Amino acid sequence: MSVRAAEEPLHRALGLTDDELDRIVGLLGREPNALELALYGVMWSEHCSYKSSRLHLRRLPTAGDRVLVGPGENAGVVDAGDGIAVAIRIESHNHPSAIEPHQGAATGVGGILRDIFTMGARPLAVMDPLFFGSPDDARQRWLVEGVVSGISSYGNSVGVPTVGGELTFDSCYSSNPLVNVLCLGALPVDRLVLGRASGAGNLAVLLGAATGRDGIGGVSILASAGLGGGSGADAIKRPSVQVGDPFEEKRLIEACLALLDAGLVLGIQDLGGAGLACATSETAARGGVGMDVDVSSVPRRELGMAPWEVMTSESQERMLAIVTPGAWPAVEELCRRWEVRAAVVGTVTDDPSGRLRVLDRGAVVADVPASSLADGAPLYDRPLREPAGLDARRADDPTFDAPAGDSEADLCALLCDPSWVYRQYDSQLFLNTVVGPGADAALLRLAGPGLPPSERGVAITTDSAPRWCAIDPRQGVALVLAEAVANLACVGASAVAVVNCLNFGNPEHPEVMWQLSETIDGLAAACRALELPVIGGNVSLYNESTGADIDPTPVLGVLGLVEKLRRRPPGMGWVDGDASTVVLLGARRAPGALGAPGAPGAPGAPSPAAHPLGGSTWAVTCRSRRHGALPPLDLVAHREVVRLVTRLVADSVGGGDGLLDAVHDVSGGGLGVALAEMAISGGVGVRVESLEGHRELFSELPSRIVVATRRPDELVGRARDAGVPAELVGVVGGSRFVVDGLVDLGMDELAAVWSGALRARLEPV
Amino acid sequence: MATRVGVVVFPGTNCEHDALAGLEVAGARGTLVWHTETQLRTMDAIVIPGGFAHGDYLRPGALARFSPVMEAVGRFAAEGGPVVGICNGFQVLTEAGLLPGAFVKNRGLKFVCAPTTVRVEVTHSVITAGLEPGTRLCIPVNHFSGSYVCDERTLAHLRASNQVILRYLDNPNGSIDDIAGIANDAGNVVGLMPHPERAIDELLGSADGLALLRAFVSSSACVRAG
Repeated sequence: MSVRAAEEPLHRALGLTDDELDRIVGLLGREPNALELALYGVMWSEHCSYKSSRLHLRRLPTAGDRVLVGPGENAGVVDAGDGIAVAIRIESHNHPSAIEPHQGAATGVGGILRDIFTMGARPLAVMDPLFFGSPDDARQRWLVEGVVSGISSYGNSVGVPTVGGELTFDSCYSSNPLVNVLCLGALPVDRLVLGRASGAGNLAVLLGAATGRDGIGGVSILASAGLGGGSGADAIKRPSVQVGDPFEEKRLIEACLALLDAGLVLGIQDLGGAGLACATSETAARGGVGMDVDVSSVPRRELGMAPWEVMTSESQERMLAIVTPGAWPAVEELCRRWEVRAAVVGTVTDDPSGRLRVLDRGAVVADVPASSLADGAPLYDRPLREPAGLDARRADDPTFDAPAGDSEADLCALLCDPSWVYRQYDSQLFLNTVVGPGADAALLRLAGPGLPPSERGVAITTDSAPRWCAIDPRQGVALVLAEAVANLACVGASAVAVVNCLNFGNPEHPEVMWQLSETIDGLAAACRALELPVIGGNVSLYNESTGADIDPTPVLGVLGLVEKLRRRPPGMGWVDGDASTVVLLGARRAPGALGAPGAPGAPGAPSPAAHPLGGSTWAVTCRSRRHGALPPLDLVAHREVVRLVTRLVADSVGGGDGLLDAVHDVSGGGLGVALAEMAISGGVGVRVESLEGHRELFSELPSRIVVATRRPDELVGRARDAGVPAELVGVVGGSRFVVDGLVDLGMDELAAVWSGALRARLEPV
Repeated sequence: MATRVGVVVFPGTNCEHDALAGLEVAGARGTLVWHTETQLRTMDAIVIPGGFAHGDYLRPGALARFSPVMEAVGRFAAEGGPVVGICNGFQVLTEAGLLPGAFVKNRGLKFVCAPTTVRVEVTHSVITAGLEPGTRLCIPVNHFSGSYVCDERTLAHLRASNQVILRYLDNPNGSIDDIAGIANDAGNVVGLMPHPERAIDELLGSADGLALLRAFVSSSACVRAG
């Protein structure tokens, strides 16, 4: 019977369109059988094939001197020097977490770790950018609690520290939270291994957990369609969420790294989305070989599984390794030690057309070109349309809203200590964490079991700003990249590579595709200006519920390097005594505004956007004003500020002269929040004079970094030499936080507001 | 010859490399000991490091006590050999009956990873020997089931025989009597929840843990010489 004749056509139930079925028939020269259709269903899903985004992603710059492996493999890899390579990847686990937050987030961690050790790297650090609706709603609190506990229980147990992340609350995520996970690993350069099969007659060995019915269709039913919204509508999809076992994963990591160290493995690939279908077809396609896989050899945890279930199951904690027949006994022996199951499930073939043949007790049940599964999905150039009314929204600017309101109350409303989240994560394992969660960026020693000795450090930050990207995705993502690079500078690191997780709505909405396209163009331009390659990424589409798309949420992970890491960086907390002075590095006013470099300088009213507030956290949080023009960004000037700060902090961490007592970039919440965080962190007050009203206090004008120093003249001289504007804005000391005319709070009160904010919302009495 | 310390590794242990690093800085030579090992004769001392032995399934330490190495650890301890369990290792030692008491989930029912301040209470143990009582040390904790509990008689005995060696000044988990670490009667078997190996370098925020590790290495050398 033809698959088309069925009453509810099978291909549609598997998430394939009629046109896609025609394409499959064209590729095969015949109608596919039901198993083959199931393979195409998962491999051509949006999640696996990137069919809506791939044409756009090609516009990102990917080359760089340090890049060893760019996009397309399991993780991007850069050469960090001293014979050490760093692997990095970011992924989303949004829809599983919306439905079952604890397991959804836990398996998100598990999946990203496998992507890293697949490359031969030991996973050394995880970061988690999280986005939820308002925590004033009980369901959102349930999601936060579940996601954080899932990351905590899996990450801590598997033994990889979680060193940072982000926490964003916005009503656009109410029905569709975002759970992104970034992992960084390191390896001796010569252990680098790729996910490809080679050598006819070699064995495909399945390592790790037995295969069950969990997670079937996760990539197609769950990740590549919108959510229904509401509290119960998606509960029926819960069986599509996988269940994680960190203990299995821990043994799998150790076994795989030991196999690689012993040189027993030719190629290795994790089983994530689309399970065995993906791992077998991708390794074969990358290696240009064929593969026979017999589902009857796959260890199972459930009875009566059909071949399509075995091939598409997303059971966690599994890897596919390619080994020679001669190495197999040693592989078995090593796996026995680590109590890791190992089974030969297939063989590499020299089939000239690179076919993946699925067998069941020797009988061929599917026979398709591996490359048609891995790379054959149609690439969609979906229609784009700028959202209606965007110009009007940008023109509706909150900068000159009157009256200004109570700046002291506004500042307090913007303060938030995220430690409620990160205290639940082991952030210290491996003794590498020099700067952990809660800082501008994490800074780690570049060390780990099996790595050559090195004095280097590696820094990592994740950043996003959906409130900016909703107004102007092109400019918004450039501002996000600028902030990430500034964050790295604050710990003394120079940015070397970018990974991105592009969380967007439904690509069948032309407005969403426009947002995606604009974001990619904005990111590409900013990366070129800062000479940063994009070495990997993930696209998560269909983040919508009941037809409403989330705000465009590109999340950037940026990797930085420190040459010599001998001392802790100054950090954001300033210290008392010796008249420590607060200096603002970078242009204080927007270019073109009165008093700014190059401005006409005509006397009179201040020119409009000296301290723009469009898209600022203040406008969104304190005034519910989501419109306005984004602040301008001059990437050339930005680079100068970042270079200067990187040099100053790097001198200090390298053991040299410490000119800075404290350093913190101006970002969400503007100068006011930056200063408050520095004061709270140091436990010492400050007096700031002559700010230009609440606009200067809360503007998120980029390219500004606040520092404290006891040698202001020397610092201003260094800044002048580097062509960076520097202005003295305050003096450290005392027990009050004072911004003349705007804020006057005791430090105890300020610290209490900050430390109690998140707990009060997440654990209401 | 440097003191030789065996660091026990169960499947799921994850602090073994950190323990090795800490012991090395403290002047000892650490060796990883797989959980199926049954002979510890070549070791001067034993560390059971942190992590999630056997996945912490059932409850922390409940399965690890049945690993073959634990019989050897029991013999080693009975012969007066120095044994220290850190975090999960402390949990394993209580499950194995080498130390009294048990652990329940933290007050607040959340995992806690944070720096804590502990006070050295007595010096009659292999990890506090030679330290000044009252010394305050900044050492991080990292656990979910870190709240130490025991019955009143046990607590009275622990106090009376000076077996409470470390107390929290800022009890992070609800442990009874602020207990952060205890020793057995003889002082050669010690368990503590804070991770001294995570505080061995100012670069990481504190080097206070070195005082404990150095004391342990010196005690172990004395036991061997004795």
